[in-house]
Amino acid sequence: MHICIDDYLLDIVQNSFEADSSQVELIVDQTEDRLNCTVRDNGKGMDAEVRKRVLDPFYTDGKKHAKRKVGLGLPFLSQACEACEGTFALHSEVGVGTTVEFSFNLAHLDAPPLGDLCATFVILLAHPLAKGFVIRRTINTVKGSGSYQLDKVELEDVLGNLTTSGTLNLLKEYVTSQEEDVRQYYVSLDLHKQKAPLSKQQEM
Amino acid sequence: MAKMTLEELRRLRDQKQSELQKRDIEGKDSRIVVGMGTCGIAAGAKTVLDTFLQVLDEKKIENVSVTQTGCMGLCYVEPTIEVIVPGMPDVIYGKVDAATARKIVEQHIIGKQLVTDHMFDRPAADIIKKNGGK
Repeated sequence: MHICIDDYLLDIVQNSFEADSSQVELIVDQTEDRLNCTVRDNGKGMDAEVRKRVLDPFYTDGKKHAKRKVGLGLPFLSQACEACEGTFALHSEVGVGTTVEFSFNLAHLDAPPLGDLCATFVILLAHPLAKGFVIRRTINTVKGSGSYQLDKVELEDVLGNLTTSGTLNLLKEYVTSQEEDVRQYYVSLDLHKQKAPLSKQQEM
Repeated sequence: MAKMTLEELRRLRDQKQSELQKRDIEGKDSRIVVGMGTCGIAAGAKTVLDTFLQVLDEKKIENVSVTQTGCMGLCYVEPTIEVIVPGMPDVIYGKVDAATARKIVEQHIIGKQLVTDHMFDRPAADIIKKNGGK
């Protein structure tokens, strides 16, 4: 089972890369207490029959691993969203592509922690099957709003192939500087607030 | 850190590349492939890949190719990674955490010795020697 929200993102976007997509888009939009995500691809898509069964952890098309009886990516995600009163929706059409829209209620006790978005974005951008791939990150809270965009084609134009350690570390530096810039708008929720040390509590 | 522009990123890359040309290239043609299937992710493959990048950066090794693949079929010992170093047998390591990732860079990539206690597939047992295959 995945621990952080970024694990779910990593897992689910890979599905799009593996579906023969030429364009994949990941939107990660954050408010005070919600994380709204969209993964959209123009890959091979799924028919109604597969769409119905794909949230069943014991369903797989068996193409990737011939003897395997499970397919856990989407079931894990929908379960995690459900557990924290988030949302989950899947739209797919054969030959057109698939869109997965889901959200986490960050204020809910069972919401997974956000995790390391920067490392996740770097790994996704470097995925060998990712061709056209754009990450749109936006944040909009009472503290203000910010956004940035990571476009694989653009980044490869600057850095060359995203394969070697040196290049990936440069990419990480770049992505981290973008995320740092929007981090000022994060709102820490009461739920996640650490209790003040005992000495402080007594003062209060 | 100020928000970096693409132009700044390009300059940084050009600067790094000219530094690179002056140095002997360590790690050239070496490859680390991280199993990034659902099983790998659940076991911490993301942290492992990130640790590899960090350690390689610390050691100033710029030329190791770090890529990802799906599940390698060894879900019971995830996170699994494959290491390919010219002149050495291809190895799949399992149960790799951050500490092991560091050890693999130092011992296998740099030291050219196998990390025998984490090997789970290839090469066959008879070629794993006590001295780490040297």
